[in-house]
Amino acid sequence: MSTVIETKGLGRDYGDLVAVDALNLEIQQGEIFALLGPNGGGKTTTVGLLTTLLRPSRGSARVAGYDVASQPAEVRRHIGVVFQGPSVDEQLTAWENLDFHARIYNMPRPLFRQRAAELLALVELAERQHEPVRNFSGGMRRRLELARGLLHQPQVLFLDEPTVGLDPQTRRAIWDYLAALRQQAGATIFLTTHYLEEAEDCDRTAIIDGGKLVALDTPAALKATLGGDVLHIRVTDVAAASELLRQRAQLEPRQGPDGLVVEVADGPRRIPELVALLDGAGIAVQAVNLRRPSLEDVFIKLTGRGIRAEAAEASETLGRRGRMGRRERGGDR
Amino acid sequence: MSALYTIWLRDLTRFLRNRSRIVTSLAQPLLYLAIFGTGLSSLLSGTSSLGGVSFTAFVYPGVIGLTIMFTALFTAISVVYDREFGFLKEVLVSPAPRLAVALGKVASGSTIALLQGVLTLPLAWLLGLPLTLGQVAQLTGIMAVLAAVCTALGLLVSTRLRGIEGYNLIINFLMMPLFLLSGALFPLAGLPGWMNVLVRINPMAYATDALRQVVLAGAAQPGFLAASRLHPVSLDVLVLLGFFVVFLVPAVRAFSKQE
Ligand SMILES: Nc1ncnc2c1ncn2[C@@H]1O[C@H](COP(=O)(O)OP(=O)(O)O)[C@@H](O)[C@H]1O
Ligand SMILES: [Mg+2]
Repeated sequence: MSTVIETKGLGRDYGDLVAVDALNLEIQQGEIFALLGPNGGGKTTTVGLLTTLLRPSRGSARVAGYDVASQPAEVRRHIGVVFQGPSVDEQLTAWENLDFHARIYNMPRPLFRQRAAELLALVELAERQHEPVRNFSGGMRRRLELARGLLHQPQVLFLDEPTVGLDPQTRRAIWDYLAALRQQAGATIFLTTHYLEEAEDCDRTAIIDGGKLVALDTPAALKATLGGDVLHIRVTDVAAASELLRQRAQLEPRQGPDGLVVEVADGPRRIPELVALLDGAGIAVQAVNLRRPSLEDVFIKLTGRGIRAEAAEASETLGRRGRMGRRERGGDR
Repeated sequence: MSALYTIWLRDLTRFLRNRSRIVTSLAQPLLYLAIFGTGLSSLLSGTSSLGGVSFTAFVYPGVIGLTIMFTALFTAISVVYDREFGFLKEVLVSPAPRLAVALGKVASGSTIALLQGVLTLPLAWLLGLPLTLGQVAQLTGIMAVLAAVCTALGLLVSTRLRGIEGYNLIINFLMMPLFLLSGALFPLAGLPGWMNVLVRINPMAYATDALRQVVLAGAAQPGFLAASRLHPVSLDVLVLLGFFVVFLVPAVRAFSKQE
């Protein structure tokens, strides 16, 4: 395996603001790599630097073996980009947008026609392909941008918050497609997201906050740093229960929106013991909820706050599915 | 080369799709002719200093130039729009050489401006100035060069400025002086020194001069054109090509370096 993306002390300022700083990354060929971070964390700036749209203020980066600052033309020949913001031509039809892309990337015409048809079907725009993009909804435009970024089968694919505004089925289809792309063509995929569910599905995840890398590992290893499971315990007397667990079980309970939250090494085995302990002290246990630690928990531990305040709140009350569905409908207007 | 063509093709597709814009830009030169020609000529009736042609005929080459300048400068704004609406990013991360992209923009802007210019030629017959095929060919050549000069100027301005308002401000500021000091409305002979300097650095003056010499070749009194012209046509065109290079080089350089 070879290194496809490598940064050394990479940094970028906007005036006085340090948007990205001292970024050291090494990403191997065939990896699906997620850059996770809150809004304003520096994700888009990092993508801009790696795709030659922004010049580094400090440090260096190599993509597909070429330096982004001194060999940008070579870098551009090997990458595909799906931008966070809109970048399709609204006056042109979906097909014309893809056609423009194919021409500017020098794709052979038959290959273009075949792949364009394939991708338009994948993103469910086949029936609307000859309509001007200005008639499209936000979600439809997003899907077109995705199809376009995949069209020329780049060696390295950058996706900046690719699935914002997509429904779960399309999101799933895109993920399957990315996995196949990696499998068949050995493509390397670098994506940014503030959806924790997405980062979970990647090979490795880096967490960026305030322009700085705060963690980088496989999602499993990141979660392992939390040392086990997370228990949510709902009790009648929170203060007394908290004190008891601290004294007698050597735990460090936190106050959650729905009772107490404790990290334990082996959740399923500890539940009976802890319930018995609380029961014995006359504190009624109303519910116990066991959760494997999520990247959200990792994020909170590393940065001291939720990745998005409202998302953190929602995760306590809603299941994973419900949360995803709600966000997507919000984005697809 | 294929990148240049792709950029050109997209801009032309957009232009041809925008019917209302074509119609309004056709009506524009007619309106100018009516205003300048009829309005001003009533003021000047009786003067015979225009070599025996009507004032409307005298103004007509300037209106051709104005149409081209207008179209070119407002087509070059597409660079600003592309940046504002994100499409430029798609182009800038692609393998298309920046030089080819910039030249593609100049090519599409020039083509569109030239098309609009050609569409003003039938007005000549309306003004009683039937053009020979040779004249039409010559005019097309001059118009193409002017279109390229103005598009390069527009590209230069667009690379220096962020935002649509900034572009419009500068272009509106430039357009009137460029037109008024082009000799479109009055002969350039006998102007005061400072104004003469401004005329000499105005590409529109050379374009109007060249267009007028060709348009009025058969209609005006023989001595008039030779006496009132700035330069022979070929020299005018040469100067215009010089302006093109002067605008194009920094425009392309700035375009290539942009983030
Ligand atoms: N063009 C710009 N000019 C000035 N500041 C910027 C610009 N782009 C981004 N920033 C700032 O840089 C920081 C990182 O932004 P960004 O990379 O867009 O974060 P993210 O993509 O993670 O939301 C933010 O504080 C943002 O306000
Ligand atoms: Mg971003």
